[in-house]
Amino acid sequence: MAGIAASDSVPAGRVSEDAPVARGFRQWLDRKAWRDTIIATPFLWLLLFFLLPFLIIFAISLGQATIAQPPVEFAAEWPYGSLDNYRLIASDSLYIGGYLNSLIYASISTFFCLLIGYPMALAIARSRGSTRNLLLLLVILPFWTSFLLRVYAWMGLLSNNSWFNQGLTWIYNHSFNFGPPLNAIPMMNTDFAVILGITYSYLPFMVLPLYATLERLDLTLNEAAMDLGSRPVEGFKDITLPLSIPGIIAGSMLVFIPATGELVIPSLMGRADSPMIGRVINDEFSLNRDWPVASAIAVALLLMLVVPIMIYNHYQSRADVA
Amino acid sequence: MKQRSIFLLSCLLFGYAFFYIPIFSMIFFSFNKSRLATVWGGFSTEWYGKLFANDQVIAAALLSLKIALISATLATIFGTMAGMALARFRRFSGRTLFSGLVSAPLIMPEVITGLSMLLLFVSMRDLIGWPERNGFATITIAHITFTMSYISVVMQSRFSTLDVSLEEAAQDLGAKPLKVFFVITLPIVAPAIVSGFLLGFTISIDDLVITSFTSGPGANTLPMVIFSKVRLGLNPEINALASLIIAVVASGVIISTIYMAQAEKRRQRDMQMAVQANE
Repeated sequence: MAGIAASDSVPAGRVSEDAPVARGFRQWLDRKAWRDTIIATPFLWLLLFFLLPFLIIFAISLGQATIAQPPVEFAAEWPYGSLDNYRLIASDSLYIGGYLNSLIYASISTFFCLLIGYPMALAIARSRGSTRNLLLLLVILPFWTSFLLRVYAWMGLLSNNSWFNQGLTWIYNHSFNFGPPLNAIPMMNTDFAVILGITYSYLPFMVLPLYATLERLDLTLNEAAMDLGSRPVEGFKDITLPLSIPGIIAGSMLVFIPATGELVIPSLMGRADSPMIGRVINDEFSLNRDWPVASAIAVALLLMLVVPIMIYNHYQSRADVA
Repeated sequence: MKQRSIFLLSCLLFGYAFFYIPIFSMIFFSFNKSRLATVWGGFSTEWYGKLFANDQVIAAALLSLKIALISATLATIFGTMAGMALARFRRFSGRTLFSGLVSAPLIMPEVITGLSMLLLFVSMRDLIGWPERNGFATITIAHITFTMSYISVVMQSRFSTLDVSLEEAAQDLGAKPLKVFFVITLPIVAPAIVSGFLLGFTISIDDLVITSFTSGPGANTLPMVIFSKVRLGLNPEINALASLIIAVVASGVIISTIYMAQAEKRRQRDMQMAVQANE
């Protein structure tokens, strides 16, 4: 802490050489310029490269596809655009099916993340000292390693002649299977694989906010309840669970929202005939080159996610305050 | 109490098995002699050798490294500013919009972010003729934009727990804000900046969806090359590549965690000594 040592040795007289008013004004000006720079630089960047793109995508969603570069055109007179693309989305089962698939896959995966993640977060929060740090590191480590590679690792396990699949097949043939023995359990390119992949990839996003909430809980409440004769399960149900609801909701939204737009996992592990909406956007954009419809699907997805995003923001700020 | 501990412990074990079994299995099979990626045929390091002889993979890895270094550096600067603004300046015009913009990329589905950025670059090309074509520059801009959100979250939490008395002391003694920042603030928050940079770097080097949207002809990053290979099925060379990447990232995370913990300890010890010295 060189700062403290230095502050002791500065002669007190040197500071007040200028007239106090002029110095005060200069200081104020310095601080204002500094403050404005700190705020304006990231703000302008985000306005230009994050907000503006959304306005553009919205504008293009009102246009029409054409054969040109870029393949979008607008009407020559007011109101220039139309809601035709949105009408198309609302009436075509391909798009509606895509949204539904996304919502279903994302909800089920979020549920499994919660089911696996909650006990993990609770166990980590209840452990102590260096054990806790180690357990946390082990959750954070997969979060840092490439998500594409982790999905690829599961593809290896699920494939037909892997030891994992063969082991499960053996167990299945020797216990539940009353028909002819299977060579392998088909697991790749199924709904199961997509849900597994999403659950696996997003699990750290569930565990970490849950841990942050559970770690702050006051254990003396549970102890008091037990002293008064309640069983641990009751203590959990009446105290821990209700108090951790902000964490549950923040974690669930953190999994659910990005999972609805998931593109990579379903295209690597899923079935071709039940695309999630991310795939539909991608195909519409790069295969059909219909930018306006792709934009409209994206805008509609965003509108569907506004409510979950607001819920997330609400509970996120509450989880921060608590 | 006992029963529940056993229950929690088995949940924990299951969770970690779920996390790590696929990864260890993949690393194991990267040393497989067989061409089949999942059937054991004896030990071999052949695939690692092939990997280093693969020009496409090496070029993609270098491009990814270049993008990640540049974008993480700039994103750390912007993210530190954003985190500081949100933690320090309680009121300024547009604060709600600003904090919304900072946190939105964290949860926005990547398809939407990627598509909207691509459309921005196309419109810019139409209007001002820049960027001439999609590639290195557009990918880097996109990466800066969404990684700075992660970094500003880290920095915001660091700045909001920062004791301002040192900075105020320096200010009262006549130091200009810029000097206060570089002499006092920056050294204190340096560990958080390092971890923010590392976070930005890994997120950038790992990204596939936004990168694919904002990339152009000839600019293939490592995840893009991996994805195009993986789509065709399992591949022992990818096993080797994946194991290598995971080993590098894991040792980086472990080393930086240890470094950060030690820096934190040192900081607390220094603080304590400073307090004692003043008494």
